[in-house]
Amino acid sequence: MATARVVIVGAGPAGVRCAETLLAAGIKPILIDENRRDGGQIYRRQPEGFTRDYATLYGREAAKAQDLHQSFDRLREAIDYRPDTLVWNLTPGQLCCVSQGRHRTVDYDALILCTGATDRLMPIEGWHLAGTYSLGGAQIALKNQAVSIGHRVVFMGSGPLLYLVASQYVKAGAEVAAVLDTSPLSLRLKALPKLLARPGVLFTGIKLLAQLYRAKVAVHLGIKPLQVLGDASQGVMGVRFTTGSGRTATVQADAVALGYHLRPETQLGDLAGCAMAFDQASSQWWLATDDAGRTSVKGVYAAGDGAKIRGADAAEHAGRLVALALLEDLQQPVSSALRDGHQQALAVMDQFRLGLAQAFPWPSEQAKALPDSAIVCRCEMISAGELRRTVNEKGACEVNRAKAFSRVGMGRCQGRYCAHAGAEVIAAAAGVQVQEVGRQRGQAPVKPLSMLIEEVAP
Amino acid sequence: MNGRFVRLAEQGRPAVSLTVDGAPIQALQGDTLMVALLTHGTALRQSEFDSGRRAGFCLMGACQDCWVWTRAGERLRACSNEVRDGLDIVTTQPEATWPLHG
Ligand SMILES: Cc1cc2nc3c(=O)[nH]c(=O)nc-3n(C[C@H](O)[C@H](O)[C@H](O)COP(=O)(O)OP(=O)(O)OC[C@H]3O[C@@H](n4cnc5c(N)ncnc54)[C@H](O)[C@@H]3O)c2cc1C
Ligand code: FES
Repeated sequence: MATARVVIVGAGPAGVRCAETLLAAGIKPILIDENRRDGGQIYRRQPEGFTRDYATLYGREAAKAQDLHQSFDRLREAIDYRPDTLVWNLTPGQLCCVSQGRHRTVDYDALILCTGATDRLMPIEGWHLAGTYSLGGAQIALKNQAVSIGHRVVFMGSGPLLYLVASQYVKAGAEVAAVLDTSPLSLRLKALPKLLARPGVLFTGIKLLAQLYRAKVAVHLGIKPLQVLGDASQGVMGVRFTTGSGRTATVQADAVALGYHLRPETQLGDLAGCAMAFDQASSQWWLATDDAGRTSVKGVYAAGDGAKIRGADAAEHAGRLVALALLEDLQQPVSSALRDGHQQALAVMDQFRLGLAQAFPWPSEQAKALPDSAIVCRCEMISAGELRRTVNEKGACEVNRAKAFSRVGMGRCQGRYCAHAGAEVIAAAAGVQVQEVGRQRGQAPVKPLSMLIEEVAP
Repeated sequence: MNGRFVRLAEQGRPAVSLTVDGAPIQALQGDTLMVALLTHGTALRQSEFDSGRRAGFCLMGACQDCWVWTRAGERLRACSNEVRDGLDIVTTQPEATWPLHG
């Protein structure tokens, strides 16, 4: 059945490799992405007119970035590529899209979600002040616009991206005031056996750290964030934290890049009715898929970080593998050697993922310790105290009920930056495990739409 | 401190002129509105829920903390829209007097 209408959402490494594999098998997919250019997050392309070369932009990943971009450039005319198009809702067999203020539906027989991830955030007192950015946002400022988010930047949180982005800032000539990691060295050592699944990547990580030390950047491990300092009009003026040895310290800065690794963009899968699973290692919900990317809903597939946070190399394998799974389901011949190769590569990356989760854990204990005055929902300025009151006084121990009472998760970001921490606050107040308080249901539109939208025929 | 963001490279691009809240500013071709505004000032807008100023958060179209408007009333995400010569931007919502939800 070569006429199946296949739609891929997301033109990052997973989506591009998926499109390429399908095209090679004679299927011409529709590839939709909200961005104006291909590449997704890690291999995001700079705007036209910018001149930095691949090595400057992508460092050690330059060759992979160039390869993905070249593959895409070869595909572009052969597939139905629709950039600058947001998929904002879906019903069985049909996507609702909006592009430049115009609404259009797109029918599908098979849907492959390669929607990637966004930063995972744990609030801290004062994080709503202007000048606090998500860690990934700090990287986009540099990669996409050649700017630093401030004159003196603190990097705070945990995870490999913390060191990567800080060292990219140093290399680009920005002033990095400090790198503050909540995870202690001991956890990294414990995770070594798993991290050794990918010795090259581990070595790169160690080199990044060495670069930061060489540049005389203050790096603190095992810290506890206390507060982003500053005021409503000026924004960020510094960060206060407890050092690994228990001392209170302050760093002056006018910008903070904050992040704790990533969370998958699962809203479309959720709206499609796909089952979700709780991942113990990273303590978050994601789409339940088989090891090739089939979700629980027939005809709906997922790959890349939008399905499981395993990084860019895994996203390329997963994109190819999910295409093979779809071809199999369409009764097309598939090389089992090829399929097994991707599956083996992904098994190694899965091992590494577990190592990262152990080395740089999600700091759920911080939610418990968050003062009542700290803001959880930065969209609508709702505090931890208000959220706790919905649990203690209204008995709302399930996140969607607590959301209805407190509005945490109803603002502009639709829970992307508060839902995980909100669930931890609720669980801690109710005295239960975080997976017992449920998860915020995906809601359409997956991003707010402008009211000026015009409908056009499909 | 005049601007929040600091340019580190790519400064040889042609200049673009636009207006922000009635005042003319210069930016570079390929700048997002966010970069154009935050290399001149320290915030993009006023929060509707407290006295705080806001300067965006995610830069990837996920948080919606960076909304600005054209004078004609079209809402733009400052992090994902590029500057154009002659754009007339206002940083307060033209028609609304009530807090926006979602
Ligand atoms: C800001 C950021 C920076 C990162 N930097 C690095 C890095 O430097 N090194 C590293 O190893 N890893 C990095 N990562 C991790 C990285 O995202 C991945 O490993 C890799 O990009 C995953 O590829 P992907 O194809 O799964 O998703 P992505 O590359 O994230 O691509 C997903 C695409 O889907 C599109 N999309 C999502 N939802 C919709 C929708 N509803 N409608 C239309 N389009 C949609 C997005 O616009 C995006 O282009 C970063 C992640 C983030 C969030
Ligand atoms: S800064 Fe988050 S959407 Fe623009």
